[in-house]
Amino acid sequence: MAFFKKGSSFVENLPKIYGLYTGGFLLFFALMAISEKFGMSAKTIGIMFVSFTVVIYAVIGWLSRTMQVDAYYVAGRQVPPVFNGMATAADWMSGASFVAMAGGIYLGGHAYLAFVVGWTGGYVLVATLMAPYLRKFGCYTVPDFIGTRYGGNLARFCAVIVLVIASFTYVTAQINATGTIAARTLGIPFHIGVWIGLLTILLCSMLGGMRAVTWTQVAQYIVLIIAYLLPVYWMSIKQGFGMFPHLEYGEAVHRIMQLEVADKVGVLLPTAADMAQVHATFPGLKALTVLQATPGEGPIAAWRFVTLAACMMIGTASLPHILMRYFTTPSVRAARVSVAWSLLFIFLLYFTAPALATFTKLQLLDPNLATSIIGKSFAEVSALPWIQNWSHIGMVALKDFNGDGIVQINEFFIRGDIVVLATPEIAGLPYVISGLVAAGGMAAAMSTADGLLLAIANALSHDLYYKIIDPKAETRTRLIVARVLLLVIGALGSLVASFKLTGILGAVAWAFCFAMSGLFFPLVLGVWWKRANRAGAIAGMVVGLATGSWYLYMVKWGGMVPWWGMDDLRFGMVGATASLVAMVAVSLMTEAPDKETQAMVDEVRIPRGKTILASSH
Amino acid sequence: MATITAANREAHWHKTRNLMIGHLVIWFIFAFVVHWFAPQLNKISFLDFPLGFYMAAQGSLIVFVVQLFVFAKQQDRIDREFGVAEED
Repeated sequence: MAFFKKGSSFVENLPKIYGLYTGGFLLFFALMAISEKFGMSAKTIGIMFVSFTVVIYAVIGWLSRTMQVDAYYVAGRQVPPVFNGMATAADWMSGASFVAMAGGIYLGGHAYLAFVVGWTGGYVLVATLMAPYLRKFGCYTVPDFIGTRYGGNLARFCAVIVLVIASFTYVTAQINATGTIAARTLGIPFHIGVWIGLLTILLCSMLGGMRAVTWTQVAQYIVLIIAYLLPVYWMSIKQGFGMFPHLEYGEAVHRIMQLEVADKVGVLLPTAADMAQVHATFPGLKALTVLQATPGEGPIAAWRFVTLAACMMIGTASLPHILMRYFTTPSVRAARVSVAWSLLFIFLLYFTAPALATFTKLQLLDPNLATSIIGKSFAEVSALPWIQNWSHIGMVALKDFNGDGIVQINEFFIRGDIVVLATPEIAGLPYVISGLVAAGGMAAAMSTADGLLLAIANALSHDLYYKIIDPKAETRTRLIVARVLLLVIGALGSLVASFKLTGILGAVAWAFCFAMSGLFFPLVLGVWWKRANRAGAIAGMVVGLATGSWYLYMVKWGGMVPWWGMDDLRFGMVGATASLVAMVAVSLMTEAPDKETQAMVDEVRIPRGKTILASSH
Repeated sequence: MATITAANREAHWHKTRNLMIGHLVIWFIFAFVVHWFAPQLNKISFLDFPLGFYMAAQGSLIVFVVQLFVFAKQQDRIDREFGVAEED
């Protein structure tokens, strides 16, 4: 098989290969749609979708196996910008983006859009401050940059610690998501689903490292974007908003704003006693109490919006599994262009999420639509198949608190995480769409988990094992150590995920805050401030991480009143500020870096010339 | 490969830094300032959307995407001007 091997002909053939793949996937989709017409059961369709796509990813992983160091760590630095953009988009958009975001907007309204703004705006920081310079450096991992720029094993070690804490927090949430989807579609218990999820994740990355992850991520992006966009177009056409839902759903937003008044959203609230009764049997469910498009008034609401957006943006620019994707492009110029492509591909999903939330809400609220439930009788609504399916597993609940037999806005409860997965059923679309969406969610969670596991395992095998413990290790040993670590960390992640300690979204926001607390300023100032030195960088990482963790602990469990409304999702603001102050102060109090280091920074700043680190190191 | 003089490096870095600052100012406006005034903007209608909602759901995102493609072009032009771009 010549596919996925090093060589220019492979790179030239990429559009053809993925074009065929996309065609094949659409053909499979059509086949499933026809099978549904001929009576294939919903459950079989779900299993077919998930297993078909997972097998394809595994085959790509197998074809990309390698025993070369630069192929394993940076995919041989030959990934064209557009394809690297797709891979980054898949790497980036996690189970949280795919599964939870539209649901969050459905329940949280405008305030929740801070995630949408934050998770796209972060790429402006990546492109202007980080990616091209790290590419010029020629590192394999993010700690590789810290270790070489500042010198010494201690700085490298600190960077490894921050990386592991941030990425591990993130990866458990992703394994949780793969487990949840595998469990639901395959009909197996969650704790088994988690291990099956892990197995599929490892199939994609074990043998080929970064190269395998790159080419499976491209494939996963194609599946997840089709799965996200198709239901929205379908609903838009069905509801009469036309072929361009993104331009035309303004009308739907207005309609919702009228219905919100009629249905008393935000006025008719479930009482504390009612909520307690619901949560006793169905934890985590919420009634719709927040307006869709109306932002909270006053400076506190505005401050909460911008601080959340800031944490997500700065976190984006500090997350190692994203930064390392730009190490794989053929040149510095390609790295820059690739960030732009990444954002374009990410944008396609993120500007669709609010549209999806809007259409789904309209389906439920608008009495002119056959699918609406608010204002209908309890007998009628509780007989709907989707209400039965989802309330059966505790994700949806109906309670007639005032006993009038009519469903009111404060008598319908839903879990935000299921809005995307349930939308095809809510809107009465064929089951083949639900199968497609499950496959998309699986692709999103798997691709992010792969990137994260690889980031952790690479930092431990390259920076800790090879650079610090045994610098004389042979290539073969290094790559075997890398794979063993991948297995061990994956197993640890699954073990933690199977305890279900955290929700998907909370864990994701924490990962961003950990990363920005420890890594943002040491990375940025390493390029942009020549005076930054080793002592300063170490202080920045240690103080930032320690302050951030302390604040998180105090606000979440220690009973401290948050400063200016910055809750546990925003602790990165405190951590990163402490990191900046510590890094600048300590750098200025200690000696400036030597001539050699300053010359190195000069070299990093221009694209021309050799990378700082040799291409294979 | 021609050697790159210190003066050239300095001028190149000066322009690069200004470009970065310029883009971060635009970023700051569309990332934070616009959303700070969302309640006021919502009184304006744009494409049938309330503008404050529109900016958070689409407007800022579109600015970021366009901005990055422009940035890549501009930075490349600067690199070429000072002869520090990679060989094609």
